Amino acid sequence: MNARRQRQWTQRAGFGLLTLATIVTTLPILLIVLLILQRGLAAITPEFLLAFPSDGLRAGGIFPAILGTVLLTFTMTLVVAPLGIAAGIYLAHYAPDNRLTQSIRIAILNLAGIPSVVYGLFGLAFFVIFFRMGTSILAGALTLAIMTLPVVITTTEEAVRSVPNSFHVVSVSLGGTDWQSVRRILLPQGLPGILTGVILGVERAAGETAPILFTAAAVYLPHLPNSPLDPTMALPYHLYVVSTQIPGMPAGVQYGTAAVLLILVLLMNVIATVIRSRARARRRW
Amino acid sequence: MTSALRERLVAVAVRVAGISAIALLLVIFFFLIQQGLPALAEVPLPDLIGSRWYPIEGTFGLVPLVLGSLLVTLAATLIAVPLGVATAVFIAEVAPRSVREVLKPFIEVMAGLPSVMLGFLGIAILAPELYHRLGLTTGLTAFTGALLLGWIAIPTIVSVAEDALDAVPRGYRDGALALGANRWQTIWRVTLPAARGGVLTAVMLGIGRAFGETMAVMMVTGNAAVIPRGWGALFQPVRTMTATIAAEMGEVAGGSTHYHVLFLIGILLFLISLAVNLVGASVVFRARTRAERILS
Repeated sequence: MNARRQRQWTQRAGFGLLTLATIVTTLPILLIVLLILQRGLAAITPEFLLAFPSDGLRAGGIFPAILGTVLLTFTMTLVVAPLGIAAGIYLAHYAPDNRLTQSIRIAILNLAGIPSVVYGLFGLAFFVIFFRMGTSILAGALTLAIMTLPVVITTTEEAVRSVPNSFHVVSVSLGGTDWQSVRRILLPQGLPGILTGVILGVERAAGETAPILFTAAAVYLPHLPNSPLDPTMALPYHLYVVSTQIPGMPAGVQYGTAAVLLILVLLMNVIATVIRSRARARRRW
Repeated sequence: MTSALRERLVAVAVRVAGISAIALLLVIFFFLIQQGLPALAEVPLPDLIGSRWYPIEGTFGLVPLVLGSLLVTLAATLIAVPLGVATAVFIAEVAPRSVREVLKPFIEVMAGLPSVMLGFLGIAILAPELYHRLGLTTGLTAFTGALLLGWIAIPTIVSVAEDALDAVPRGYRDGALALGANRWQTIWRVTLPAARGGVLTAVMLGIGRAFGETMAVMMVTGNAAVIPRGWGALFQPVRTMTATIAAEMGEVAGGSTHYHVLFLIGILLFLISLAVNLVGASVVFRARTRAERILS
């Protein structure tokens, strides 16, 4: 009986420790998010969102940085979505179980692990210099696209795989070809999962600074970019600049920029979550 | 276009997309080599493994940067692994369903927070706090960086480890409970050991995440390229490999020795992350084949 009580005590202590660890990992982040929202929302005015910076970035707004991040991620999505979804479909549906497929999987795994600043170096050497794109939205977006590719491939493959095999069997037995099955059955059924993957990729790209440091970003531009070959301001880079590079920066500008970036990222998280849970509720298998 | 032709074209197109992953990895490596290898010809090897990083004088000793990265990553790992694994166990095995439904998306939000935002808070709040509380000469230290990196690595560790725990067959737990073990014993002696391959992968991926992180580290570690000596160095400024590239690449002339050396550091980062990933992956593959053998 005594041993049993001791076991119960150990369990209670153990569960207590696990709970404590969970609080230690999550509570600081929750506080950080609330703090940024609280201090940042106070700084966010229509002018802050819609005006150009002035007084050496210390006043005015951050419109060019917001627009830059939208342009970068939008251009990136145009590249990474088709490529990543096609590769995901290949792995889920077409790829034979052989050496080549295994090599593709290992390559994806390794692409996912490359530090973001190394992507920045590659973007500089490959897009900016070799392809003579210069420091530009295009070079930055392509760099971000390569960095995001593993996320999109993996989630697409998972989404397509999660469609029950019987769906595919029925399609084939009705005389459907491979492509017809993919286009009419697997893709529509896997779409929520694929969209979630693309959105998570966009979320990650929107917050990244290191890959665009030497490929796209400018500290300040007096006018908006005219073409994909122009450099651009960007939100995460702007936050870096206003929090480290300029003395006498008002805290309002820093927290305001951080809050806009945070809200953008949270928004994409919410969209992804909504898509996923709605799809789960509607699913009949 | 005939249907057979379209089938063929699509099959080829998706295959090319798949193979592009391999091609990209090779192209990345090739361009890093092309830009970084000249450094080995321009800087004598003894200088590269020297202890002074002074680009202005043409001294490119990489040792302080490598040790700086190792120190910060090691300290971050010591923070993130116990906390991350414990949180994963809590979410997968202990938490009631309603709590889990809140925690899982929260961990996802954590993973998506831009590191530059954490770096900003590190400068604005954490560093001054540490400076006052610990009586340091500066709040921008290796320890400050390690704290941030710890919390950057935690979501990776939690989500991968939690997946691994989830994948342990129900029957393992039921068997242990039926034999009279309580839930704590089941977790320690059955579920965690059964999931150890995946948990190890989680740890490796977390280490990789911390090692490759750039912005947060650059903003809070003070960026002094000195060789860290002893544990006291944890509370002094250091400079990591990633931060060096990010901080200096913008100012060097293309094609200069300094430029080539920064790419050389990129090659080192690439190879180390490759190694960390392959180790992590091989652990998973081995664990999976073992599990399949047991279950079949």
